[in-house]
Amino acid sequence: MSTTAGFAADEPAFSDLSERPDAARRRSIVAALTAALPPGAVLAEEGDLRPYECDGLSTFRELPVAVVLPSTERAVAATLGVCARLGVPVVARGAGTGLSGGAMPHAAGVVLSLARLNRILELDPAAGIARVEPGVRNLAISEAAAPFGLYYAPDPSSQIACTIGGNVAENAGGVHCLKYGLTLHNVLRVRGYTVTGEPVEFGSLALDAPGLDLLAAVIGSEGLLAIVTEVSVRLLPRPSVARVVMASFDDVGKAGDAVAAIIAAGIIPAGLEMMDRRAAVAVEPFVKAGYDLEAAAILLAESDGTSEEVDAEVARLEQLLAAAGATATAVSRSEAERLRFWSGRKNAFPAAGRISPDYYCMDGTIPRKHLGRVLAAIAALEEELGLRCMNVFHAGDGNLHPLILFDANVPGEWQRAERFGAAIVELCVALGGTITGEHGVGVEKLNSMCVQFTAAERAAFFAVKRAFDVPGLLNPGKLIPTLHRCAEYGRMRVHGGLLPFADLPRF
Amino acid sequence: MDAALEALRDRVLAAGHAGRRLRIRGAGTKDFLGETLQGELLDTAAFAGIVDYEPSELVLTARAGTRLSAIEALLGAHQQFLAFEPPAFGGDPTLGGIVAAGLSGPRRASAGAARDFVLGARLLSAGGECLNFGGRVMKNVAGFDVARLLCGSFGILGVIVEVSIKVLPRPAEELTLGFEMSAADAIEAFNRWSRRPLPLSATSWHDGVARVRLSGVGAAVAAARAVLGGTPIAAEVAARWWAGLRDHTHPFLAPREPLWRVSVAATAPLLGLPGAKLVEWAGALRWLRSTAAAEDVREAARRAGGSAALWHGAGRVPAFEPLPPALLAIHRRLKAGFDPHGLFNPGRLVPGL
Ligand SMILES: Cc1cc2nc3c(=O)[nH]c(=O)nc-3n(C[C@H](O)[C@H](O)[C@H](O)COP(=O)(O)OP(=O)(O)OC[C@H]3O[C@@H](n4cnc5c(N)ncnc54)[C@H](O)[C@@H]3O)c2cc1C
Repeated sequence: MSTTAGFAADEPAFSDLSERPDAARRRSIVAALTAALPPGAVLAEEGDLRPYECDGLSTFRELPVAVVLPSTERAVAATLGVCARLGVPVVARGAGTGLSGGAMPHAAGVVLSLARLNRILELDPAAGIARVEPGVRNLAISEAAAPFGLYYAPDPSSQIACTIGGNVAENAGGVHCLKYGLTLHNVLRVRGYTVTGEPVEFGSLALDAPGLDLLAAVIGSEGLLAIVTEVSVRLLPRPSVARVVMASFDDVGKAGDAVAAIIAAGIIPAGLEMMDRRAAVAVEPFVKAGYDLEAAAILLAESDGTSEEVDAEVARLEQLLAAAGATATAVSRSEAERLRFWSGRKNAFPAAGRISPDYYCMDGTIPRKHLGRVLAAIAALEEELGLRCMNVFHAGDGNLHPLILFDANVPGEWQRAERFGAAIVELCVALGGTITGEHGVGVEKLNSMCVQFTAAERAAFFAVKRAFDVPGLLNPGKLIPTLHRCAEYGRMRVHGGLLPFADLPRF
Repeated sequence: MDAALEALRDRVLAAGHAGRRLRIRGAGTKDFLGETLQGELLDTAAFAGIVDYEPSELVLTARAGTRLSAIEALLGAHQQFLAFEPPAFGGDPTLGGIVAAGLSGPRRASAGAARDFVLGARLLSAGGECLNFGGRVMKNVAGFDVARLLCGSFGILGVIVEVSIKVLPRPAEELTLGFEMSAADAIEAFNRWSRRPLPLSATSWHDGVARVRLSGVGAAVAAARAVLGGTPIAAEVAARWWAGLRDHTHPFLAPREPLWRVSVAATAPLLGLPGAKLVEWAGALRWLRSTAAAEDVREAARRAGGSAALWHGAGRVPAFEPLPPALLAIHRRLKAGFDPHGLFNPGRLVPGL
């Protein structure tokens, strides 16, 4: 890598902070935090720290030095002030539903939980804007907006639990983001603090703001750039009608072609989701949605808008699905039936947890045309690694969620699941896609980042990191792998014969 | 490496070695905009061509020098379009310039901004390397979103040499309705209508007339028309109107001094500044021909939750709203990280950077 006029060397100053500090240092950190914060805001007993040792990806665990639970912005700033002064890493945490280890604590650091900052500060129905604290749950925003006929569009399946702060940090999506966009498209302004406790504001209540689009950099930054303490989101008018068409296919490839045909016909459905047979069979006893268990794939296409729009669109969807070879179609006749059709897709993860002791949820995105190829490769990997996988898929935008089923108590199974997952996401990269569509890199996909990005590109990410966080204390060690780590991973992949699909061109 | 790209890289490296500055330019349609132009011309127009386009994937990838007219012709053949309606300013801008400026047209308030459609970008860095950020897929959270950070960067971080952008199906039908009303009433009505499930795709107010464009399937457009009332405007007349706003060929937006672009919260009341105005984006964008002091315009914009840019007439005062110190510091460090020797478009977006 050239360093003359290019990016500076990428080894971050904080790489030596990963060791658990000795008892004296731990005590001094806790004492400084306790002195700066109101009573009850600092946890440091091991029993109190345990619930924070991991996020939704429980295979990665670490105990922090302390957990801080501020209830005010002032307390957030005070926490950052102490941590910056003492050089202590800070890991922000919302609800801990993240699936890539983004909120996993740092052994030498503090977990900064934003859960108690959970007030809806302002709901302006005339402007269609809600201004909320970061610990407000995603669904709570739509619930508060409902009396005004408004809602917050991004709807991750975890929306009862996950926080808007976590959504901002992960650029979360949902089943409706094909038409209504991701978190990025629905957030106007974010306020927060830099690592040194300085207040900052990104974006604005207008439709643009002067200077570089720092809001775009902060959304999806996994807590590495700033601590978010206030989010202003756009509320949309709730469509008057929504109906879903459910179609069965005897072949996954045909279902994929049906998706392409719908888009090519000029329709952007409000949701366009797919499940394979294994997923349908797993969820059906649980949700009793009436899924066709003979079908190789089930496609759910939702239409929303005015009743005129929906009638016209549903008729066209039925035609297109039939033409694409659907073996059966059904249209929801009531709101209850619509929700029932969706229930299986929305509950796919818990269903995986019922049929298998553990599951590992992957999250790659591909150009949709390669769907058949990826599913065939997954079937081959099932054979090779002796693990089963069920597939749910945000089909409209090419975002795959293979759920790899394993048992962590069987020696070697987690390691095989991890290899399975890495092979899938690296295939996504080889096909022109990406290692993560919405769950983030966290600690989980650090190695795969080495596959997707060159050393110079990773150095650019470090340049962004340093521009926002000079001392490198915000969620260090996540999202961007060091040069050293990538070199190690490169050697392992070659020697371990791990290089998946070596015959495919890399681009 | 493609010869045209190699030529760009060689120029970047040579300028770096010699300590010269580069002024990146596509078609030059936005030369009037922003702070002063400095440095040797680096023309991207030769690095042109559509790299990939598959209508059913809703993604188009093209080189920076590709002209808007070429992109629109190709998309139009498949009933698709760039939904953010990039302004052409009476010329034929390049995709690189469109993304570097990050400007959006009348559809902004309902469809989203240029940055919302950027999926990936390739950057020619100060070190002469080609870096890829984002990609050609709709959802992608691997690494920081540098592709979108480049949108609106005015070239200060490096040369955008290729872009992947999301495209959308063209709406089946469009209808524009006219209403005689005051600016204050129009802003109130636009906001009220925007909170209802109506297929609005653009709004404007100028000279006592509010205009509302509806886009969608025929049945939805007809139903919305029944709800809104107003007088239908003939399709060609309406198309000319929206093109005039999009491309700034409307006489009100002509390149004459002074023209202020005031971006505010959509529900903000009238700014109380002297001069003629034109309102877009359901009230969130207000163009102003005013001789009011720059400080007064900027103060009014801040009070209304936004900022003011001096679109035509900058020079004596900064074109863009000055940044608060905490953000300026982040801008400085970003610039230092991406372009340590200050090679690219010095001072174009932020004075001194
Ligand atoms: C069953 C299930 C279904 C899911 N479905 C979806 C889905 O459909 N779509 C989707 O996108 N995701 C989904 N997820 C993943 C997860 O819910 C999202 O990533 C969510 O956005 C995380 O929010 P959280 O509040 O739990 O954040 P956490 O897990 O607590 O944190 C996530 C990251 O955000 C950072 N962070 C949190 N708060 C802040 C803050 N205030 N300031 C700065 N950084 C902060 C953390 O440091 C961490 O890096 C699902 C997860 C589960 C368990």
